[in-house]
Amino acid sequence: MARDKIRIGCGAGFSDDRIPPGVEIVEKGDLDYLAMECLAERTIARETLDRAKDPTKGYTPVLLERMEAIMPPALKRKVKIVTNMGAANPMGAAQVLRQHAPDWGCPDYTCAVVRGDEVTDIMRAHPELALMEDGAPLESLLPRMASANAYLGADVVAQGFATGADLVITGRVADPALFLGPMLHAFGWSYDDYAKLANGTLAGHLLECSGQLTGGCFADPGKKEVEDLAGLGYPLADVWADGRVEVSKTPGSGGRLDVATCTEQLLYEMHDPSAYITPDCVLDASGVSFEQLGKDRVAFHGARGKPRTATYKVVVGYFDGYMGSGEMGFAGHNAVARAKLGIEVVKERLRRRGLEYSEMRIDLIGMNSLHANDAALAPEPYEVRLRIAARTTDKKAAEAVGAEVRSLHMQGPTGAGGGINFGARQILAVKSVLIPREWVKPDIAMERAA
Amino acid sequence: MSIRLYDIAHARAGDKGNTSNISVTAYDNAGWQAIQRDLTAELVLGHFQHLGAGPVRRYELPQLRALNFVIENALGGGVTRSLAIDPHGKSLSAWMLTIELPGHNEGAK
Repeated sequence: MARDKIRIGCGAGFSDDRIPPGVEIVEKGDLDYLAMECLAERTIARETLDRAKDPTKGYTPVLLERMEAIMPPALKRKVKIVTNMGAANPMGAAQVLRQHAPDWGCPDYTCAVVRGDEVTDIMRAHPELALMEDGAPLESLLPRMASANAYLGADVVAQGFATGADLVITGRVADPALFLGPMLHAFGWSYDDYAKLANGTLAGHLLECSGQLTGGCFADPGKKEVEDLAGLGYPLADVWADGRVEVSKTPGSGGRLDVATCTEQLLYEMHDPSAYITPDCVLDASGVSFEQLGKDRVAFHGARGKPRTATYKVVVGYFDGYMGSGEMGFAGHNAVARAKLGIEVVKERLRRRGLEYSEMRIDLIGMNSLHANDAALAPEPYEVRLRIAARTTDKKAAEAVGAEVRSLHMQGPTGAGGGINFGARQILAVKSVLIPREWVKPDIAMERAA
Repeated sequence: MSIRLYDIAHARAGDKGNTSNISVTAYDNAGWQAIQRDLTAELVLGHFQHLGAGPVRRYELPQLRALNFVIENALGGGVTRSLAIDPHGKSLSAWMLTIELPGHNEGAK
């Protein structure tokens, strides 16, 4: 069905993103499509582990809560949905939705599932691949590998909608592709039409972090004001078949969308602006400019595109030991000196227990925790929190860190209050490789009511 | 007299692996001239060196009055394995804005 214009909204920009603005944009945004991006670099590794324990799991944990709120108003208004909440088990996500959707008043809908982003077998077959971060062979990570997924492009999302589906569930796809996919489907854009691909990719890049385009991550009281930040609305894009794009946000919502917010989000997580590599094109945003068309409505110009590369990027998740941490507060006279004594006591107690750590980080929260500056240079605050975090391959050694910090309550310097033991956390780290496109064989499967 | 970067520009930090990228956008043309001339990759590297960061690459987007700095090794080994309390380095935009630029007293004799 060829169309002249579509409207795509963003309903979520990370897995635990706020749900009410997603509902609001469905109800008030007059959308054709809603995209929800819920998969950070390493979360899919955790969800792959969930699936190993229970084959029906492995989708984004917040899936049901989010979809119970989003699906009824979306289906009622014929807003089509695409989301990567399938994570490590897109079909499992589709099936669990089908079990619950009738209870939400959604007995009839069609759902397409994108499969094939998982490439762990390909990784095992190619230990010679070089890691992008350091050039080391992939082989070094294979014994500790937890997951490996290729960043698929917008073509598979468009194929999902081509089935007539109301809902397309994916695992790993590039974030902007969740937005470009509906455009490819609605307008039939080809992969030779670099100008349109560039505009669609840029629109997706601007929208994919939800409220970061509309005044989130922006306010600085007295300097950069954001109207009704508490009611921050999520962004949408009007896209025309000729590639023209205007971005806006939910009518009547809080926040602001203007050249300044768009400029910050354009460069967010972008390295060389002339070569932003996605599976769909290489976006050249170096000449992009923004035009304020009205309140909370902005057009962009000057995006250029180059052909997509011959490779897919694969993110490999792997186990990297454990991290333990804890915090303790001190206030009043000599607070900083007492915190420093607490640090020395914890380090010495861990040492006497024979526990070893490959890396330890000490922070004085209130003085140097965020920018790791020299605490000696910071003005002495009324209150300070010590924080100790350490990395080790031994889970028990990791657990000991926070336990020793918390015991400063009774066995540390005077007036130690508000201790927290954060326990031990298994570290899932990520590295990347590039693989030839033809190694990956994604496909579309229809999920149907049992 | 030096100029506080905070007074003439705003910033946002993003992360990829162990690399932080921080955009710096001037509020007006005078601010753009100042950052375009004086906010060099060397100056930024010096400001972030205590984190073990570097090298730094700098990109100019004059039509947006913006610079984009790509600062490698700024995130304590990478978002997924860093021991830092802010592993994404989201707060590093505020550290960038604490930079002071040299004043030039243009027009003064």
